[in-house]
Amino acid sequence: MIEVLERSGLRGRGGGWFPAGRKWRAVSDHVEERPALVVVNASEGEPLSAKDRTLALHRPHLILDGAQVAAESVGAEGIVIYLSSPSRPLVRALHRSLRERRDAGVREVPVRVVRTAHRYVAGESSAVVRRLNGGPSKPGFAPPYPSERGVGGRPTLVHNAETIANTALVARFGDAWFRARGTAGAPGTALVTLSGSVRHPGVYEIDVGTPLVDAIGLAGGVAGATAGVLVGGYAGTWIAPAAVAHLRLTPDEVALGCGVLGVLGGHGCGLSESARIADYLARQSAGQCGPCVHGLRAIADAMLRIAASDANPGDLERVRRWALQVTGRGGCHHPDGAIHNVVSALEAFPDHLALHLRGMPCHGWADGALPPPPRSTPGWR
Amino acid sequence: MAMRDPNAADGPPRLRLNPILCDGVGYCAEIVPELIRLDDWGYPIVERRPLEDGRLQRLARRAVAQCPRVALALTAAEDTRGS
Repeated sequence: MIEVLERSGLRGRGGGWFPAGRKWRAVSDHVEERPALVVVNASEGEPLSAKDRTLALHRPHLILDGAQVAAESVGAEGIVIYLSSPSRPLVRALHRSLRERRDAGVREVPVRVVRTAHRYVAGESSAVVRRLNGGPSKPGFAPPYPSERGVGGRPTLVHNAETIANTALVARFGDAWFRARGTAGAPGTALVTLSGSVRHPGVYEIDVGTPLVDAIGLAGGVAGATAGVLVGGYAGTWIAPAAVAHLRLTPDEVALGCGVLGVLGGHGCGLSESARIADYLARQSAGQCGPCVHGLRAIADAMLRIAASDANPGDLERVRRWALQVTGRGGCHHPDGAIHNVVSALEAFPDHLALHLRGMPCHGWADGALPPPPRSTPGWR
Repeated sequence: MAMRDPNAADGPPRLRLNPILCDGVGYCAEIVPELIRLDDWGYPIVERRPLEDGRLQRLARRAVAQCPRVALALTAAEDTRGS
């Protein structure tokens, strides 16, 4: 099965698009020492994403099938479904499905459901491992990687829920079937969450490689004009209106992340949205690494001033310098994602940026166009 | 931290920082300014290139030994495993 998965070319749908087969191989390479553990990650820390929740609510058996296939293939003796806390209906759906499987008399690898507090970084794979080891859901330093030594020292396969669901399909229909959709570099379909100024926001399934405009069309199209699209979520990329028509949704063309597509209405302001997101992501830092704690805060504060058309002289230059200085220096990629968002907003909206820097008031600052970031609550676990 | 033997056959070692352990004490940047400078908040920016030069290797080793948070290490140059 590992070979079939490798041939399928399935890549991780949690945001990293890491080859799933390579992960399975890495875990199975370490099972001689200790039995492995499979973790299905449906914690979905990205505020604009609803795909994992939707999938687990409507196709729980597909996820459980995939988890069983993964467990058998890599030699795991346990499965954990990892959820974040505001997900009671989800927990109920999963327990009901588990009961149905038990009642049907299927003998399977035991499954445990674990919930964690909602945090943006709580779904990062080393944070998942730390949480399951009894610690806070904060990222840890690698090596060792989860595939080498994860939960309880066991080789641990951490997969996003959509990825796991895809492994069930690959097991059922084969790698050639899987490759028939999507692109050569990223086969298969992807779940995308459309929000903002589209007629019917929600979760849709697309072939990887679908043009952005067609994906927006699935949600009924843009309600009015568009001022830009945020592709890939809070750690994603701002696409200027003129570039929307040319973009194809593959991880090899754009940081597709977990498939979030946030469509800004005509009067929306990408800089303001980016500043609000940077502020949220700064608050969501795990507080472990100096560059993230101080750098993200400083970048977000300067962006908030720029967005409010109240920038200090040199704010823009400082943001650019800090972006270069901080990127790549956290224990995880949290600061990198936030910075990617900010830098892409500055690149996508240069004319609008000039107005902000001249102190012209902007409607988009007062009235958000995307759903606002959630409030950050204190405490971990 | 599981660090491999820096003198293994993988080639020259390089500095590696664990930013979670680092508190920005800053000794390292005083010991090897050629490899480590401080950012605007006093946290080290560490050059990741392999250290061919013997003098730099010695200084890097001293920076590693002097770090009170044990956040610095010398590792084999090749460590590009995925998750």
